Amino acid sequence: MTAQADHLPGKGRWSALQRRELGWALLFLAPWIFGFIVFTAGPMLWSFYLSFTNYDPLVESVDFLGLRNYERVLDDRRVHQSLINTVFVAVLYVPGTIVVGLFLASLLNRVGRAAGFFRTAFYLPNMTPAVAVGALFLLLLNGQQGLINQSLRGVGLPAPFWLEEGPWVKPGIVLMLLWSIGGTVVIYFAALRNVPVEQYEASRLDGATAWQQFLHITIPHISGAIFFTLIINTIYALQLFTEIYAMFFGQQQAQSAAAQSEALFYVVYLFQQAFQNFNMGYASAMAWLLFVVIVAITIIQVRVSRRFVYYEGE
Amino acid sequence: MLSRRSTATVALVVLSLVMAACGGDSGTTPSASTPGATDDGAASPTTPASVPPVTIEGDLNVFGFAYETGDEIAKERLDYFRDNHPDVTVTVSESGFDDQQFLAALNSSSPPDAVNLPRIRIGTYIARGVLEPLDECVAQTGADMGVFYDAAVQQVTMDGQIYAFPEFLNTRAWILNNAAFEDAGISADDFDPSDWDAIAAANEELIVGSGTDLSRIGIDPKLPEFLPLWARANGVDLLSEDGMTSNLDDPAVAEAVEFGIGLIDAHGGYAPFKSFRDTWDFFGANNQVAADQVGGWPMEQWYYNVLASNSPDVDITVKPFMTREGEEIAYSDGNSWAIVAGTDNFAAACQLAFEATSAPAWERAARERADLREEAGTPNTGTFTANREADEIIFGEIVNLEDMPVFQAAVEEVVRLQESAFALPASPAGSEFITAMEAGVNEALTGAAPADALANADQDAQNAIDDAAN
Repeated sequence: MTAQADHLPGKGRWSALQRRELGWALLFLAPWIFGFIVFTAGPMLWSFYLSFTNYDPLVESVDFLGLRNYERVLDDRRVHQSLINTVFVAVLYVPGTIVVGLFLASLLNRVGRAAGFFRTAFYLPNMTPAVAVGALFLLLLNGQQGLINQSLRGVGLPAPFWLEEGPWVKPGIVLMLLWSIGGTVVIYFAALRNVPVEQYEASRLDGATAWQQFLHITIPHISGAIFFTLIINTIYALQLFTEIYAMFFGQQQAQSAAAQSEALFYVVYLFQQAFQNFNMGYASAMAWLLFVVIVAITIIQVRVSRRFVYYEGE
Repeated sequence: MLSRRSTATVALVVLSLVMAACGGDSGTTPSASTPGATDDGAASPTTPASVPPVTIEGDLNVFGFAYETGDEIAKERLDYFRDNHPDVTVTVSESGFDDQQFLAALNSSSPPDAVNLPRIRIGTYIARGVLEPLDECVAQTGADMGVFYDAAVQQVTMDGQIYAFPEFLNTRAWILNNAAFEDAGISADDFDPSDWDAIAAANEELIVGSGTDLSRIGIDPKLPEFLPLWARANGVDLLSEDGMTSNLDDPAVAEAVEFGIGLIDAHGGYAPFKSFRDTWDFFGANNQVAADQVGGWPMEQWYYNVLASNSPDVDITVKPFMTREGEEIAYSDGNSWAIVAGTDNFAAACQLAFEATSAPAWERAARERADLREEAGTPNTGTFTANREADEIIFGEIVNLEDMPVFQAAVEEVVRLQESAFALPASPAGSEFITAMEAGVNEALTGAAPADALANADQDAQNAIDDAAN
C-alpha cells in the first residue's frame, strides 16, 4: 500500500494525523453544530412532536391526537384557500423574477462603468424593510389615487382596483414582490460577467444572431445561476409572510375584504393559528405539511435541472 | 345572662368594630386613598369591615403599557401609583398589547405580574387560566365595581367572576357631516337612525360620483368591524350572554349585512368604495369631514378630539345609534387591567390595576391633559373612561368646550349614551369569534350570499368556542 492510500478513509485505521485533523475540524464546527441543534434541528423535532398533539402554550395539559391535526389540515377550507393563493403567486412570481431579472441584468451588462450605480439602484429596494414595503405598496396600489393606476390611466390603460377586487389582489402582490428583484439581478449580473467573451466572438463569426447567442451561449452559461434563483425564489414565495401581513392583516383600517381571502397566504394562516388562536399543535402540522411540499418541489426542480443546467468542467 | 362586666366588654368590642367600619383612612388599608369608599367615609359594599394590612413593595412587571412613549393620560396614572407606593419598582413593556409578545413574556424568565389588554380579548386568556379572578383584589383594595359602567364590567366577567378593572370606554355614535347634508339638500337634524329606509335614502342623496370618480361617500356602515352594532339595531346579539353560543347565522344578522352591503353598492361597488375611503387623510387637517368626503358614519368618540384639533371649524352632529324600534344603543369596548395568574407580587399588581382605573388617578391625568392642551392652545374633548365617578369629574369639572359648541354637544351626547352602552360578552374564544365574524362579512362584501357566508362564519366561531371551552 502506498503512503497516500494509507490516508484514504475506509482503507484501514485512521492515522494519528487524520484523527487530530478531525478533532480540530469538529472543534471549529462545534459552534455551528451547537447552533444547528439548538435553533434548528431541536425545534424542528419538537414541532414534529407537537403536530401530533393539541398543544396550547397557555394550557399545561397536552393530549396526544395522533393524526387528527393532519386530517384537519387536509379538510380545512382555509388551508386549501391559502395554499391556492400561495402557489398562484409563486407560479407568477418565480418566472417573473427570472425573466425580469435577466432582462435588467443584461441591460446592466451593457452599461459599462455606470453599472455600479445602477446595480446599487436595483438593489436598494432589497434594503427596505419588508413592513415598509408593504405599507408603501398599499399607497402605490390604491385603486383611485395610487401612483400605479394614475400612470396606467395616463397612458390609456385599464386601472384595476388592485387591493379590493378579488382577481387583482394577487397580481398586485406580485408587482410588489418584483420591486425587490435586486438580489436576483445582482446574481445574474455576476453570472453574465463570467460568460466567455470569445464564444460570442466565435459565434458572431459563424453568423449567429443576438437571439441565437443569447439562447445557445448566455443561457447555458448562466443556467447554474438561474437554477439557484429558481430554488431560492420558489422557497421564498412559498413562505411569504411579512409584506402580506403588513399590507392586509395589520391595522384594522387598511384591511380589504377581498384581500382577507385572496391574500390569505399559507404562512399567514399558520401564524394566525399559532399566535392568535394558540393552536400550536395544529400550526405545527401545517408547518410540516409546508415543509413536505417545499421539499417535493425542490426535488422536482433538482431532477429537472440535471437536463437543463450546465456546469463548467462537466 | 351576661354579667355587667361581660356585657360592657361585648359592647366595647362591637363599638370598636363599628368605629373601624365607619372610619375613613383607618390605617388598615394599604393605599394612601381609598377610592372605593363612598363620600360619607363608609366602606364600599364590597369592603370587609376591616381589611388586613397588605404590604405593597417589590418589583412589578407590567405588560401592554407604555410610559416613556405614552401620553399624559398613561403617565400620570402610573405616576399616581408610584407616588402612592414608592417601594414598588414598576417596569413596563413600553408597548401596546400584542398576543405574540404577551405569549413570549409569559414564557420568559420574568413573566408579567399585571397586563393591560383589550377587553374583547380577555375571554381567550380567562379560559386558559392566564388571569386571576379579582375577588381577592377587590377585598384587598375595597374596590366598588359599581363605579364602572355595566357594559365594561360585563365584558370582563365570565361565569360570574370579574377578571379585570375596565379602563377606557370607547363608545360609538353617528357622526354626521352637516355641510354634506346641507349640500345634498337634506337635514342632519331630520336624520332618523332607527329608520333604515331613511338611512338608505340619505345615502343616495349624499353620494357624489361613482366608481373611480367617487368623491363623497354617503353613509359608511363600517362593516365588518361594527357588525355588533348593526345586529343589535336589528334585534339580535351576535353572542349569547354567556359568550358560549354564536348567533352569526341568525337571519337578522344576514339582513343587517345585506343592508350594509346595499349602502356600499350604491357607491358603485365595494372596490371603489373601499379604495376611495383609503385615500382619506383620517388623522389630518384635510380629514374626510373637512374635505367633504363623507356624509355620515358611526365612529368611536375619540375621533372628536382628532377633528377638534385638526379641523376645529367642521360642523358635525352626533346622534345615537338606534334599534329599528327607536331605542338608543351604543356599542362599546376598551382596555382593561388584569392580574396574571401565578404572579409573585399579587398585592402590587392588584393595587396598580385598581389605582390606574380609579377616579383620583383619572382626575390627575385629565387635569394634566387639560393643562397641557391649554398651554398648547389645542382643544380638549376629554377622556372617556369606564369609571362613572371619574367621568363625572372629567366632564363636570375639567373639560370646557364652551367656545366649541359643536364638540361640546358631541361630547355631552356620548357621555349621556355611556349608560346605555353594550359590549360583546367575554367568550373563551373571543379573538376567534371576531376573526370569524369579520371573515363572514368580508365574504359577503366580496360577493358571497350573506346568509351562506355568515353560516360558514358561525360554524367556524362555534367550533372555536367549543374547542376553547373544552
